[in-house]
Amino acid sequence: MKSPYSETVLEHFKHPHNIGKIENADGQAQEGSPACGDMVAVYINVDEKTNVIEDIKFESYGCASNIATGSIITELAKGKTIEEAKKITWKEAADALGGLPKIKAHCSVLAVEGLRCAIENYEEKHGLVKDRKATTMEIVRNRLKKVMNPMAGLDLVKTNLIEGISVKDGKVKVSISLPADHQFAASIKEEIIEKIEPLWDVTDVNVEFTG
Amino acid sequence: MNEMNQVYMDNSAATRMDERVLEAMTPYFFEKYAVATSEFAYSQGIEVSESLEAARTVLADALGAATEEFIFTSGDTESSNMAIKGAAFAAKGKKHLIVSKIEDFPVLNSAKALEKQGFTVTYLEVDGEGFINPDKLKEAITPDTFLVSIQHANQEIGTIQDIEAIGTICREKKVLFHTDATHTFGRVPLNVREVPVDLITVSAHTIHGPKGIGGLYVRKGTKLGKWMDGGFQEFDLRAGLENIPGAVGFAEAIKLVTAEENETLRSIRDHLIERILKEIPDTTLNGHHEKRLPQNANISFHYIEGESITLHLDMHGYAVSTGSACFSRSLEGSHVIFGIGGDHERAHGSIRFTFGRYNTREEVDGIVDVLKDIVRELRSFSPLARDKNRKETE
Repeated sequence: MKSPYSETVLEHFKHPHNIGKIENADGQAQEGSPACGDMVAVYINVDEKTNVIEDIKFESYGCASNIATGSIITELAKGKTIEEAKKITWKEAADALGGLPKIKAHCSVLAVEGLRCAIENYEEKHGLVKDRKATTMEIVRNRLKKVMNPMAGLDLVKTNLIEGISVKDGKVKVSISLPADHQFAASIKEEIIEKIEPLWDVTDVNVEFTG
Repeated sequence: MNEMNQVYMDNSAATRMDERVLEAMTPYFFEKYAVATSEFAYSQGIEVSESLEAARTVLADALGAATEEFIFTSGDTESSNMAIKGAAFAAKGKKHLIVSKIEDFPVLNSAKALEKQGFTVTYLEVDGEGFINPDKLKEAITPDTFLVSIQHANQEIGTIQDIEAIGTICREKKVLFHTDATHTFGRVPLNVREVPVDLITVSAHTIHGPKGIGGLYVRKGTKLGKWMDGGFQEFDLRAGLENIPGAVGFAEAIKLVTAEENETLRSIRDHLIERILKEIPDTTLNGHHEKRLPQNANISFHYIEGESITLHLDMHGYAVSTGSACFSRSLEGSHVIFGIGGDHERAHGSIRFTFGRYNTREEVDGIVDVLKDIVRELRSFSPLARDKNRKETE
């Protein structure tokens, strides 16, 4: 069979390694959205003493290069310390796969992002963030860019659903211009808390529906 | 996998040529290779010219048209360009045209090209099954409108428009009506004596004919500006050496399409749709159940992405296509699925199955069996499927 993909990509696509979800993972992240055509979730369990990634799993909604990169990146990260794993680049993942078609770069970058964000999530939850910048509105807004608006398939910021953000003494308040009884209100609220709560200086997240 | 074992279900993209078509064409490569315009110079030219006109008559007949109303082109892309730009060139100062949002690219991009030249275009919305609303069309026509171009059936979701109603409105308002019939020619009846249509795009590549030959029906008296300049071929509408083997092959191809064959296609289409919707959960048929091309099925598989499905199918020996962004060079999801109100997920997970002369019911059973496993496997690690399961158990 002729294919624009390498043998290694096809092999990882056919039989992806480390697929699935880790329940109550030490660190986890979800990147991408149906709008950009690809989504990846990465879960890690880390040995607290050695900082070594002991277990890693991923889930994918995406094309062959997305699935194959998720598979290879979890292989590359397993057994490495979080510091080492953070440094894995897209180029290394692509090389390990025997190359990827250029047009598919954006589909595979997501998996690398997913790994980094899962590590960040672990560090935040375990008080390992070295550079302790105080949380600002800007930081909150950036995190909200990763929360989906399920009606549009795009994030909350892009779809102008954020009415206001306030940050004071560790308390974050986010106002969303949707009615509280909207069919997606509960899941949006849950996702916002999931993204904001791990920030090291945040003690409380309040999501308000103003629509 | 040996390429010979491929089960091909992408017949709206291109078809395997019928051997009988090749047989009809062959003499025009080796024995009767003169140009048709040489009829006054030597006898071979007469024979060739007669063959070209005989082919033209067969194709015109298939539309209920007169021989001289059928122009040969290089395919549907050229035909639609010729219809839309040709009508614009002859529009005598009128600057407005109307197309539907879900037209194929030759129509859509011809309209966009005219927009850049100072024309204005109305892109008509379609409903959830892909139908335009005739009342909305009526409202959109202004005294400045010179052309309405609405496809006979859609290339992706197979929806067949009520072109009789559309044509009647255009006739009342004295506006030209072009329809892209690339996917209906031979498959869905269309007769210009019954339907008020002025320009029709057709092509050989969808009916087991050769690539590189198509046609444009031009109703007698319709003014088109010439934009392919050169000689006086094709009633001085389209210059260039005639593609005689192509024209002969095209005529042979349309002769070989039968009502019985279309009935077979319809039955294997319905078998596929019925089995998938029944046996694979979370699937949506795109388009209408009955008012659709006999050779087309288009289904969205939720929570998973189309390129992954097509690649797995390819590994099992089945060729289909998808409306996913990842599949297209432009990295944009299908404008047709968005046009019918579908979201990104529905576009990315849509698979188009298009059947032809060589497909069988057994092949349909084969692909459905394989699909069941592929879909289950891909959903087993999709974060979207997991979210959905969580919501259901809550």
